[in-house]
Amino acid sequence: MNLTNRSVVVVKKEMTFLEKLYLPAILGGMWITIRHLFKKKATVNYPEEKRPMSKTFRGHHVLKLDEQGRERCTACGLCAVACPAEAITMVSAERKPGEEHLYREEKYASVYEINMLRCIFCGDCEEACPKEAIFLTDRLVDADYKRGTFVYGKDKLTEKPDKPIDVSPRQTKEVLEFKKNKKFAHNN
Amino acid sequence: MPKVTIDNQTIEVPEGTTILNAARMMGGPSVPPAMCYYSSLKTSGGYCRTCIVKVTKGSEKDPRPMPKPVASCRTSVMDGMVVENITSPDLLEARAGVVEFLLINHPLDCPICDQAGECHLQDLGYENGKALTRYKFRRRTFEKIDIGPYIKLHMTRCILCYRCVKVAEQLCPGRVHGVINRGDVAEISTYITEAIDNEFSGNMIDVCPVGALTDRTFRFKSRVWFTKPMDAHRKCKTCAGKARIWLKGSEVLRVTVRKDEWGEVQRDSEGGPLWICNECRFHTKKASDWIIEGPSEISRHSVISANHYDLATLKLDVAKQRKKLEGKKVLLGEGPLNPNNV
Repeated sequence: MNLTNRSVVVVKKEMTFLEKLYLPAILGGMWITIRHLFKKKATVNYPEEKRPMSKTFRGHHVLKLDEQGRERCTACGLCAVACPAEAITMVSAERKPGEEHLYREEKYASVYEINMLRCIFCGDCEEACPKEAIFLTDRLVDADYKRGTFVYGKDKLTEKPDKPIDVSPRQTKEVLEFKKNKKFAHNN
Repeated sequence: MPKVTIDNQTIEVPEGTTILNAARMMGGPSVPPAMCYYSSLKTSGGYCRTCIVKVTKGSEKDPRPMPKPVASCRTSVMDGMVVENITSPDLLEARAGVVEFLLINHPLDCPICDQAGECHLQDLGYENGKALTRYKFRRRTFEKIDIGPYIKLHMTRCILCYRCVKVAEQLCPGRVHGVINRGDVAEISTYITEAIDNEFSGNMIDVCPVGALTDRTFRFKSRVWFTKPMDAHRKCKTCAGKARIWLKGSEVLRVTVRKDEWGEVQRDSEGGPLWICNECRFHTKKASDWIIEGPSEISRHSVISANHYDLATLKLDVAKQRKKLEGKKVLLGEGPLNPNNV
């Protein structure tokens, strides 16, 4: 019984003279190879050339600073409790007088670590964040040789004041609309 | 004994029981929330109005309904009384209004507040409140004060429930703090910034339903849901020494009283509340000081039990699953659902 109608019955018959030469078959193969030289390439030269990413690609996290360059994160722990992979840990500290230009509120995260090997890049942390401090960006997490280096601390996560990272594609229309309305804001 | 009907459920309670306590005896979703009433503190209750209920029939003798919602913590039951709580949409609307009033001046700084996760106002707002505020004016603000070496007073968060005043009155002889001023500018104060150093003054932190009074020795140490609560005891000269310790690893970050299902202090077998002294609360922060009895019972719906799976709840889950599967032809195999494996 045939499962499909594509099965071919193999007939073992004597090859003709032309077939014994193998030349037409070789030329046929060459033709396919040469034709591919002029086709569009399926690969890209990665570091020089980059594929377009989805607008909602979720990669390397960033801890955002506010307009005045102060850290937005207050170590409230909601990202860590929302994290299904339990990748986030933090230690909070109290802001001292004179540090008002560094931290936005009286509490801040003195240690904030994400284990990039545990992280599944689901984006629940940015959804949980009440301070718009953490966002996932379209940057890739670098490869490395040692496991320990994948625990990213604040040095790798916090945005540099001179190199702001645009996260507006990550904010939905509703969020941007909400932000316009000062009335709803509970913090300054 | 008077019979009272709350949300279509009838219960017989002793003479003089309040509606709130009758509902608590019944349990379930009909129990009104309470922000200022605290069963272990005499004369508490009657300030916050969150426990309001609708009385549709006053009693058997006088069946007229009460004209306005009444505070269930201050109204005793009458024989034949009919009370509506969650079955009355009007009442829920009224309660949402009360919550809105309580939140008018509340700063909503939950991300930095140490009370977050075990805050009654958070629960109340979540269950009975509205998502948005209509308030347009500047919120009432106060400076933070250290009252004594152990307690931080964050008056901005206070809802003036007077529970801490009752603690000062009833547990601490020679009280030094109370509520001064009136109305919008009323505040909890020590008047002259006198240190509170009474042995039992630390219980103020536990009775505070919001984050107005917080433990300075625990300030910003950890979020409550990253710590694991354990019931523990120790020998203490001044108090019963039965407390709840909050562990992170083997480190005791905080010591509080044991709380019951209503968020109030637990009682011993004779009915006396298990208040703890400042020595136990602030000075015994080594795990070796305590004899641990076992993990505390925390509601599964609380964020404190998030990511914690204790044996009791797991067993409960298994029992529930088994009940579901009863009578169905299912191969139970190796798993815990098979009764032969336990």
